[in-house]
Amino acid sequence: MSMVLQTQNVSRRFKDVEALRGVSLDVGPGEKVALLGHNGAGKTTLFRIILGFLRADGGHVCINGQPPGSRLARRDVSYLPESVAFPKMLTGREIVSFYAKLKNTDADEADRALEKVDLAAVADRRCGGYSKGMRQRLGLAQAIVGSPKLMLLDEPTSGLDPISRQRFYSLIGEIAGNGTAVLLSSHGLSELALETDRVAILRKGEVVANGSLAELQRSANLPIRIRVRSNSSHVESVHSRFGGERINGESVEFDCAGPDKMDRLSAISRLGNAVSDVEISSPSLDEVYRHFSGENVDGGDEA
Amino acid sequence: MKAIATIAQAEIRIGIRNRWVLLASIILLVFALLLALLGSAPSGTNKADSLSVVVASLSTLSVYLVPLIALLLSYDAIAGEIDRGTLQLTLATPVSRGQVLVGKFCGHVIVLSLAIVLGYGIAGALVFAGAQNTGMDGIIDLVRVIATSLALGATFVAIGYVASVSVRQTGTAAALAVAIWLFAVVLYDLALLGGLLASADGFFAKVLFPYLLLINPADAFRLFNMAAIDAGLSTGLAAGGNAMPFLPQLAIISPFVWMVIALGLSTVILRRVQP
Repeated sequence: MSMVLQTQNVSRRFKDVEALRGVSLDVGPGEKVALLGHNGAGKTTLFRIILGFLRADGGHVCINGQPPGSRLARRDVSYLPESVAFPKMLTGREIVSFYAKLKNTDADEADRALEKVDLAAVADRRCGGYSKGMRQRLGLAQAIVGSPKLMLLDEPTSGLDPISRQRFYSLIGEIAGNGTAVLLSSHGLSELALETDRVAILRKGEVVANGSLAELQRSANLPIRIRVRSNSSHVESVHSRFGGERINGESVEFDCAGPDKMDRLSAISRLGNAVSDVEISSPSLDEVYRHFSGENVDGGDEA
Repeated sequence: MKAIATIAQAEIRIGIRNRWVLLASIILLVFALLLALLGSAPSGTNKADSLSVVVASLSTLSVYLVPLIALLLSYDAIAGEIDRGTLQLTLATPVSRGQVLVGKFCGHVIVLSLAIVLGYGIAGALVFAGAQNTGMDGIIDLVRVIATSLALGATFVAIGYVASVSVRQTGTAAALAVAIWLFAVVLYDLALLGGLLASADGFFAKVLFPYLLLINPADAFRLFNMAAIDAGLSTGLAAGGNAMPFLPQLAIISPFVWMVIALGLSTVILRRVQP
C-alpha cells in the first residue's frame, strides 16, 4: 500500500528555534493518524510545510508523489486550520460552494457535504449566527468537498463539548472509511478518545512516539495501580503483604508493573475474607501522553 | 477563470450585504448634492450647462473621496484574510495566488462601481431634473466623471492591495492605507504648491511641475477632467493647460499605469507571503 503522505527527516528552523527536527511520518489511505504535542511542539509548522506554505530546511515531503504546494498536491489535500472565521455575511451553503468551486467540483457536492455534517437545515442561514460546533462542522464540510486524498485537521475538536467532539470523530471515521488519509493534531490523548488508528507524539520538534494506542501504552510501561479494600482487622496484614500506602484505615493502594498484574490479583484472591473489593486502574491516556511528551521532566518550560 | 469569478462573486456579496455599497453611495450622494447646492448660486445666470458646473465640482470631490473609499475597501483584502485564517483555506485549494488577487480586484472594483454609479448617478439625475439649462453636454460630462472616477478608484484599490500584502495585521494595513491616502491626495499637492511658490517661473514650474502632476494618479485624474470640462465651458479654469508639454487628455493614462504596477507588485509580494 503506497502512502498518501510521506515525510522523511523534515527539519525547519525559525531564527534560533528548531521547530522540527528530523520528522518522519507517513499516512496511508484510509488511515487516521493523530499528531500530539504541546503548543509550540511543531504540529502547525509540519502542517504548513505539508501544505507548501513553508519550505522545509531539510528532508523530503511528498503527497501522492507530488511536491507540497504544487497544483497537483493541492488538488489532493484539504485543510482545516485551528481557528478560522468565515465571512459572517455569507451563508453556510455559499461558503462551502465557494470552496467547492475553487476545488473545481460541482455544486451538488457542496450540498452533500453540508448534509453529511448535519448543517443542511441551517445551510441558508448566515454563518455569523452559527455556534462554535456548527462553525467547526462548516469547516469540516469545506474540507470534505472535492474528495481529498489527504485531510489535515489542525486541532479540530478544541473547544467543542464532548458530544460534538464524539460526533466530529464519527464523521472523520466515515470519511477515512472512504479511503481518505486523515492527519489531525490535538493537545492531549484523552481528547482523541481512542478514535485514531495511530498516534504520533511530537516533543520539541521531534517524533518521540509513533504507534497504535495499545503499543504506546505497552512501551510507556507505566505501573498499574491496584486498590484493595479490606477491613480494620485485616488491613495491617494486607499492607505488610503488598506494601504501598494505607488509605482510610480500610484500604491499601499499591503500584504493580504490567506483567505482574495477574500474579498480584491471584495473590489478592487467595486472601479470601480479608479482602472485600479490588479496584484496578490502568494508566490513563493523559498519563501515557505525559510520559512521552516529557511533562514530568521538563513540563515547566513548555507550558 | 471560474476561480476568479467565484472570488469576485463572494466579494460582491459581502460588499452588498454588509451595507458597504449603501454607505459609500450615500456618502458620495450627500457630498455631491452639497456641492451642487453650493455651486448653483453663482451659476444662476451662467449660460453653461448646470450639470456641467456640478460635474466640475464632482471631479474635485472624487479626487479626495474616491481614493479614500477605494483604500478602505481594499486594505483588508489579504491582511484581514490572514488574520481570520481564510487565506490559508483558499491557498490550500488549487487556485493560484495571482487568481486570488485578480478575483478580489474584480469584485472590489464592481462594488466600488455600484457605489459611484449610484451616488453620482442619483445626484446627477436630481440636478438634471431640477435645473433648467441642462442638455446632452452635461450628461456626457457626468458619464465621463463617473467613468474616470472608476478608473481612479480601481487604481487605489490596487494600491490598497500593496499595503494589504505587505503586512500581516489588519490594523497595520489600515494605518498604511490612510498614510497612502494622506500622501497621495493631500501632502503631495501641498508640496507641489510649495514648490510653485518658491520658484514661480523657474525650472520647477516650467519643466518639472506638469510631469509631477502626471505622476500622481489623483492629480492626473483632476487634470484630465478639468481640461475636458474646460473645453466645453471655456471658463479658462485651466488656462495653464495651454502651457502643458503634453495633451492633458493623455493624463488619464496615469491611473491605468499605476493600476498595472500596483497589481503586479502586490502579486509578486503575495507569492512570497507565508500564510
